[in-house]
Amino acid sequence: MDFNWLSWLPLEYRPLCAVLVSMIAAGLIYVLGEHIHRNLREAITLIASVLKIVLVYSLIPAALAGTEVRLELFRIVKGVSFALSVDPAGMVFACVASTLWLLTSIYSIGYMRGHGEKNQTGYFAAFAMCLSSATGLCFASNLLTFFVFYEILTVSTYPLVVHYRDDEGIASGRKYLAYTLISGQIFFAAIVIVYSVSGTTEFTPGGFLDAKMLPAPWALIVFFMMVGAGIVKAGVMPLHSWLPAAMVAPTPVSALLHAVAVVKAGAFCTLRVVLYVFGPELAKSCGGAKALAWMAVFTIIVSSFIAMRKTNLKARLAFSTVGQLSYIVLGICILTPFSTAGALYHIVAHAFMKITLFMVAGAVFVTTHKKDITEMVGIGRRMPFTMGAFALASIGIAGFPFFAGFVSKANIIFGAVEAGQPLYVATLIASALLALAYLMPVVLVSFKKEVENPEFMEFGEADLRMLLPLLMAAILSVLLGIWPNMGLHLFDLSLMAGNSIFQPLM
Amino acid sequence: MIENNLPVLIIIVPLCAALLCLLLTGINRHLGRAVVVLAVLASLVMSVMQLGLVIKNGPIHYAIGNYKVPFGIEFVIDSLNAVIIVMISTIGFISAVYADHFVTDRRPLLHGAYNTIIALLITGLLGMASTGDVFNLYVFLEITSLSAYCLIALGGSRGIVSAYRYMLVGTIAATFYLVAAALLYGATGTLNMDDMAKILSSGDYDTVMLLSMCFLIPAFGIKMALFPFHGWQPSAYTHAEAGTRPLITGVMGKLPAYAMFRFFYCIFGTDFRYVRYLMLALGVFSVCSMLYGSLMAMWQNDIRKMLAYSSVAQIGYISLGFAIGTPIALAGSFLHMIGHAFMKGGLFFCTGAIRYKFGTTDLNDFGRIYKKMPLTCGLLTVAALSMIGIPPTAGFFSKWYLASGAADQHYWIYIAVLVISSLLNAVYFFKLIEKVFINEDAGLKDKWSRGPELPLTMLIPIVVCFVAILGIGLFNAKIVDVLLLTLGEVGL
Repeated sequence: MDFNWLSWLPLEYRPLCAVLVSMIAAGLIYVLGEHIHRNLREAITLIASVLKIVLVYSLIPAALAGTEVRLELFRIVKGVSFALSVDPAGMVFACVASTLWLLTSIYSIGYMRGHGEKNQTGYFAAFAMCLSSATGLCFASNLLTFFVFYEILTVSTYPLVVHYRDDEGIASGRKYLAYTLISGQIFFAAIVIVYSVSGTTEFTPGGFLDAKMLPAPWALIVFFMMVGAGIVKAGVMPLHSWLPAAMVAPTPVSALLHAVAVVKAGAFCTLRVVLYVFGPELAKSCGGAKALAWMAVFTIIVSSFIAMRKTNLKARLAFSTVGQLSYIVLGICILTPFSTAGALYHIVAHAFMKITLFMVAGAVFVTTHKKDITEMVGIGRRMPFTMGAFALASIGIAGFPFFAGFVSKANIIFGAVEAGQPLYVATLIASALLALAYLMPVVLVSFKKEVENPEFMEFGEADLRMLLPLLMAAILSVLLGIWPNMGLHLFDLSLMAGNSIFQPLM
Repeated sequence: MIENNLPVLIIIVPLCAALLCLLLTGINRHLGRAVVVLAVLASLVMSVMQLGLVIKNGPIHYAIGNYKVPFGIEFVIDSLNAVIIVMISTIGFISAVYADHFVTDRRPLLHGAYNTIIALLITGLLGMASTGDVFNLYVFLEITSLSAYCLIALGGSRGIVSAYRYMLVGTIAATFYLVAAALLYGATGTLNMDDMAKILSSGDYDTVMLLSMCFLIPAFGIKMALFPFHGWQPSAYTHAEAGTRPLITGVMGKLPAYAMFRFFYCIFGTDFRYVRYLMLALGVFSVCSMLYGSLMAMWQNDIRKMLAYSSVAQIGYISLGFAIGTPIALAGSFLHMIGHAFMKGGLFFCTGAIRYKFGTTDLNDFGRIYKKMPLTCGLLTVAALSMIGIPPTAGFFSKWYLASGAADQHYWIYIAVLVISSLLNAVYFFKLIEKVFINEDAGLKDKWSRGPELPLTMLIPIVVCFVAILGIGLFNAKIVDVLLLTLGEVGL
């Protein structure tokens, strides 16, 4: 791709603009939303998301070439600047988030209107704010800048979780806040300690802490204080229970939580902390990486079994997310270049696949008002494209070759083999089978020949504004499996990130 | 001419306005108030000029009436109190603009007296911040307290009871202060702060200092409402007169804290033999304050009372910085003083506005009030987030400096308390946010439904606080640089 026409905007300002464009959109929507026509209001979202995509994509050549792109705007506190920079790992997440924002926005419009939702202004404003902070996370070049965006993300997701403003929504909102704020404050305390012992908060591939700064028990304590914030958002057991509770929100919010921003931010936070703050050596020697890896293994297995028992489609998908996110955490904790690249690429792969699944769940719900899998018998016959997309994404989640999920999982498995961890390999393979076991029944049931429910005869395909984004996402998740580098070079970027972290060690 | 006399002009101008106000109100109802507002605005402008001069040329020593320094009264303006003075005059100005809507009795005498007292309160606060003289500090402390008693008593019959209670306790505090000042004067023979500091550090005065410390901690503790000396505060803050409540709650508690800093760090100094005990005592009181205040605030249904208890907790943050004692932690304390003045002031501007419009302060009536008052609720949210300490608001950064000071000194327990305290804050401030944005509409009757959300003079303070909370957050490093010009020399 050629972005020469954008050359009037210096490279180092583009990350900032990418953050600001959705922040300004959020402000505009909030202030003007009730006074302008809803089409105009949604136009703000769409224009901002297109601008954001252009800005983020235009940074890819620089990231690939390894050019340093860094902007220090002002000092965030004494001694630490508010710095945004571009690195391969952040680039991968930024590309995913910005691409999916456009898809989710189009889908949201279809969903929110099709379902006649209230408070749409607040919804679109908070959505834009979430994306702004997610982009900030990607480009933040030190812990403190990262934390600022992390907390903004926490707070701006809250209105989305409580969207319906009923008792259930309020309860899940409280649960969400309890989990994320507590872990966030502990993260804050840990950042203070890290800054106090090391005098810096700058992310460095391979980490900047060493065993001299944090002697034995402290390293492990601080490790978990920091990683805690990441794994709460990523839903690693036993800290996952806010995530299924947050399912009360509208489906596009679930898509955002699960695929685009929030849980991925948690996984990304884990990545930054383990590999860019602690570094492979300290993470290994303090025992934190191993403990975390076992938590992830436990989560992968247990969540799959829980998912099988859920009959509500969204709940089943939620537990599937819990498991899939732990792949990323496991990939990070195996501490090899391949597994790291695989973990990063799984952010991409899982995002496209899971967003398809959620969009299908939402499209089915808006069209037929069915939430339960048992009620969906034969629905695929009426909505072949929608359920076809679901089938593709399900196979992808299970990690079949030529799907995006395969690329990431294969790399994580490579890494596990390289590290000599047969148990991790076994877990990964077993969980692929388990994923098939909980997702394929949905596909099979929906394509059953005898349509049990006579009212299905009235329904057709979902609204085009919902159908198109979900088909796009499904197709992309296949294409990314066949050409992992398609267009954006996301796989190369993941590999670069993996190599840069482990380079000092080799 | 003006430039050379700035320290005293900042105080004299509102004082003169206070004295003229009653007379002018007799001539025209609006004239008195206009004079007060303009005088405070003039102070604000001059205080900004003064801050600029202090940053450029270093501290200003101003001998009043040109009497020689150890004998006459001296005003000493360094970068710390220059910033504090800007804070006082800003909030003083917006309060003076805002307060007039709450005057119920518009008879000239009462209306004029009301504005006079506001001007006197601001004068007292500015004086406390400026002075470099121990006895002069007492005078300004009393001016502040007396006008505060009046303003609290104006808040209706329960206000009178609270004011009376505050007066009883406040008088004890003032007496304690006087005893401590007398002890120090007896030992050193001087009332000038710099002079006293020099004499105290030159000889063996540890016993006198210890004794006066025992009087000073409760004296300032009562005035700033630190646990366990806070008894008067919740009811006084709750029932104070609505228009000036932001000024009383936002600024009044900070000045005794500032005076405490002056005594313990500038006069006693960190070489004081019992400084460890002093800091330990302050630390214990602060920690108790932070936890107790937040726990009490959680159970309140009246928003005013909730915010009053939250002030007990927030004052704890300020004295926690004194208990840690490194320049960075002290900078955190001062940043919190400034930031909290705008947060708490802002929250009370909002509650005042809600009461003005709907006549209620019960949290349970606040359901979805944001639809009717979007701007007010915007500030309410930002101020609440700042209280919890969510970046990029001011509250987060003061917490950062306090915590990093604590980490440098290995006070891990203080970091833990900061974390717990923010989470407790989160409980009741998210309760407030839940009420305002989510709960069912309580169907309140609008008392003031002409045109926009609020009258312009009520919107200005709200917008100023909103900008200040975010501005202090984003430019905290610049403010801390200025503070460290002085703090760099006094801390541990």
